[in-house]
Amino acid sequence: MTAIIKEKSGINKELIRKLKLSTDEYLKIVELIGREPNDIELHMFSVMWSEHCCYKNSKVLLKEFPTKNKYVAIGPGENAGVIDLGAGIKIAFKIESHNRPTAVEPFQGATTGVGGILRDIFTMGARPIAVLDSLRFGDLNKSRSRFLFSGAVNGIAHYGNCTGIPNIGGEAYFYPTYNENPLVNAMAVGLIETDEIVKSNASGLGNPVLYVGSKTGRDGLGGASFASSGLTDKSHKDRPAVQVGDPFTEKVLIEACLEAFKTGHIISAQDMGAAGLTCSTSEMAAKGGVGINIDLDKVPIRTENLTPIEYMLSESQERMLFVVKAGFEKEISEIFKKWGLDSVQIGEITKGNNVTVKHKNKIVVDIPAKALVNDTPVYKREVKIPDYYKENQSFDQNLVPDLKQDEVLPMLKDLLASPNICSKKWIYSKYDHDVQTNTVIKPGSSAGLIRIKPLHDVVASTSKKCVAIPNDSRISDRDCFVANTPRSPRLRLVGTGNDIATKGLAVSCDGNSAYVYLDPYLGSKIAVAEAARNVSCIGAKPIAITDNLNFGNPEKPEIYWQMSESVKGIKEACIEFNTPVTGGNVSLYNETNGIDIWPTPVIGMVGFINDVTLGIDHSFKKAGDVILLLGKQKSEIGASEYLYLRTKQIKGRVPELDFNLEKIVQLSTRELINKKLIKSANDCSVGGLLITLCKSAFQNDLGFVISLPTNTQSRLDSLLFGETQSRIIISIDKSNLQAVEKHLNKLKCPYQTLGEVTDGNVIINSLNINVQISELKDIWEKALGNYFN
Amino acid sequence: MKFAVIIFPGSNCDKDCVYVLRDLLKQDVVEVFHEVPQLPKGIDCVILPGGFSYGDYLRSGAIARFSKIINPIIGFANKGGLVIGICNGFQILCEIGLLPGALTRNKSLSFICDDVYLKVGSNKPLQNPFTNLYKPGEVIKIPIAHGDGRYVSKNINKNQIVFQYCDKNGNITQESNPNGSMENIAGIINEKGNVLGMMPHPERACENILGSEDGKKLFESVISSIALSA
Repeated sequence: MTAIIKEKSGINKELIRKLKLSTDEYLKIVELIGREPNDIELHMFSVMWSEHCCYKNSKVLLKEFPTKNKYVAIGPGENAGVIDLGAGIKIAFKIESHNRPTAVEPFQGATTGVGGILRDIFTMGARPIAVLDSLRFGDLNKSRSRFLFSGAVNGIAHYGNCTGIPNIGGEAYFYPTYNENPLVNAMAVGLIETDEIVKSNASGLGNPVLYVGSKTGRDGLGGASFASSGLTDKSHKDRPAVQVGDPFTEKVLIEACLEAFKTGHIISAQDMGAAGLTCSTSEMAAKGGVGINIDLDKVPIRTENLTPIEYMLSESQERMLFVVKAGFEKEISEIFKKWGLDSVQIGEITKGNNVTVKHKNKIVVDIPAKALVNDTPVYKREVKIPDYYKENQSFDQNLVPDLKQDEVLPMLKDLLASPNICSKKWIYSKYDHDVQTNTVIKPGSSAGLIRIKPLHDVVASTSKKCVAIPNDSRISDRDCFVANTPRSPRLRLVGTGNDIATKGLAVSCDGNSAYVYLDPYLGSKIAVAEAARNVSCIGAKPIAITDNLNFGNPEKPEIYWQMSESVKGIKEACIEFNTPVTGGNVSLYNETNGIDIWPTPVIGMVGFINDVTLGIDHSFKKAGDVILLLGKQKSEIGASEYLYLRTKQIKGRVPELDFNLEKIVQLSTRELINKKLIKSANDCSVGGLLITLCKSAFQNDLGFVISLPTNTQSRLDSLLFGETQSRIIISIDKSNLQAVEKHLNKLKCPYQTLGEVTDGNVIINSLNINVQISELKDIWEKALGNYFN
Repeated sequence: MKFAVIIFPGSNCDKDCVYVLRDLLKQDVVEVFHEVPQLPKGIDCVILPGGFSYGDYLRSGAIARFSKIINPIIGFANKGGLVIGICNGFQILCEIGLLPGALTRNKSLSFICDDVYLKVGSNKPLQNPFTNLYKPGEVIKIPIAHGDGRYVSKNINKNQIVFQYCDKNGNITQESNPNGSMENIAGIINEKGNVLGMMPHPERACENILGSEDGKKLFESVISSIALSA
């Protein structure tokens, strides 16, 4: 077969291999377009047919996800998913990875990760109102891990802070499996400000195609393909494939785009992210069933002599493509000019369905958009159950000696200092979490909580184009000085003045990859359950998820098995919680020199609370309050952080998950919160019961006195540090105890009274433990920073 | 009262200021774009909001200084008009010389977002319209969010210092200084007492649901003093 290619075509095998296309894929391209592609076209196929753009290895699996409930307005397939919460509140949200760039250039890699996900949100007509970040890095005792981690955190901070989007939460875990291949997943949430959600399907013959935003340069060339292959010792040479972010441009682009969308003259819009012009032109055309032609000589550039391949593959940041209603291009351009941005017509919508590209007056590309976008290869890979899984399933926890009484306190301190458990303030204090003045529950709790404020743009009656003439009595100051902003007359306000809306969103990112590695199916179910639990602990109802599937090389049957098991777990859990998947991201080939990372799905959950003032956080409020544990206590130590610290290995059976119990515990918590019966709720997860109690106590410098749950079957270590699922620790005013118990009994929610909140001592009588909370807090608070001092 | 909130490219706390003034305090607010050559008529107070004007490239606030709206603001201030610069706005006021000193990189070299405590007017500051509703020495809780907040100056008089970082109990200590500012300075006024610059964000502390209402009094002080002088 390869011989035929070489004989027939001028394109050699070398280039095909370099572009990471298979021989079969090349032959399919020839068949689809009815001829040999030229070099430019072949490059375009190579990026569009990369895993990053076409999900060729994951599509078959992703089809399984539930994608609908009564809230979902837009499911997978658009730039972001959208849920409609009524009262004019539509929320766009999505998660995306920037793993490979971060491994090579952490600051810019993480920076552009945030930039990309924000564009996905505001492309829909939504103002970004929150970001979250889910981070996985290697052993912090290694200087390279510290370099990658601090670079990425500073990159996320730089971009989010400058664009003025609060970072309201996230998570960070550190395991050696991520030493060379860290994961940076960024989630963004936006509030739709336009009347209509802006979509990406082009339409209307002759409508102009506008290029807006930054100029095109040589950065990020082939980033999509780079992101779809494994890392090697030579990956640092791919640094030019990493884009460079400019959050200032992004900030003005947000303002300019939202202003432009509100004119109602933008038919469709698409971010120029992965695969740049290639992806945006072909996807917009293919989705709209139209053709598109562009002229590269009109594209604003920041460097001379770009070749057509460079134009088409550049992933320069902060750029967008618009299809505009003919006749309104000037009005739109004025808006961009006002914000100091380029906006140039580079082409138009045409008949047929081809992407046609002109360069120096010559047509250099002419291929069907559908061939690039829809007729992509789809692979269902072979699966094989890995040996490590089988071996681990037979793990017997009885062979691990139980913790002795005098070992409890030292172990508690070790756990509090573990980077997987310690305070993440070192990270989130670098992120602005208060800007936009909506953050009700800040990072450090179970989930972030933001209120949904009235849309702030002033509503004017027409899209006036007035210049600043302060003395002109015909135009009021307001119209004038608000900077020529054309506004939609029908822009819905969520509430104004005294009628300030009190609705809120709780958002959480979760995915315990140790669980998923040991048991991809169960671990992934737990990831969804934990995300829902975290949102419920705030008092919000879980509504929908976005998922980021970070896996190794899918061509290895063991990795494809991890993927298919994980997807099955997510699917089942989403059906149980009625939280469909509205979109997300797949990141494969996370391997370094052939060694794959642990399978790491990350679930971004959005929950809704009708009255944001009812939301509560995780912290104990007052000495004397009663502490209850909702859920059941089981004898499980497998897969725990405790076992990891004791044995330096991740092993053991992942804790069981009973959906019915989980749902009862979550529902009970939400109802108690809504009835104002409880003061705090905290998900009992990594580190187990004692760690969760400590975390609840730290914030207000309180302590707790507990008697151990009476379960003679249980081992001491499992009682204190086991990670049994479906447990929530709540604190309540003593006077509410009866009402709470009555309610829990009515809902058949199992619970036990653990003890009371104290002024500052941690007391476990049966273990002779009495320690100041400040001593424990000091360890917990300083642990992460200590790696960098 | 009529407030003007200036919008530079890269401002990102403009909407927050507008929200507090217009929605919470029911004041007239005009949003003024940086390219406008003069301030609207009848403005009582100009606010330069936080953010990253022009990306804070070169140096925080350095490019904003060359905006068209700057000269009208200087003129307004020289005539005694009230001007408040918050965070990036404070940096800009120092760049244009309406306030003395400069804001340099935080001592930690990192951006810091946190709740901090401030002591109001512990040095008996000049009579000013920004803090008159606070009790002298009052301790308030207001968030900060900045990378360049370390205040330095060779010629600042003690009575120009209106806010200092302190601990919960009002002690002005090294531990309670988040960014290494000289004398724990968080906010100052000019010698005439009509221009205020501060790094903490009072507009983020105007509702209990956000954790503090302590910033609201600053805006209410301005409103009451304008009402008195009118």
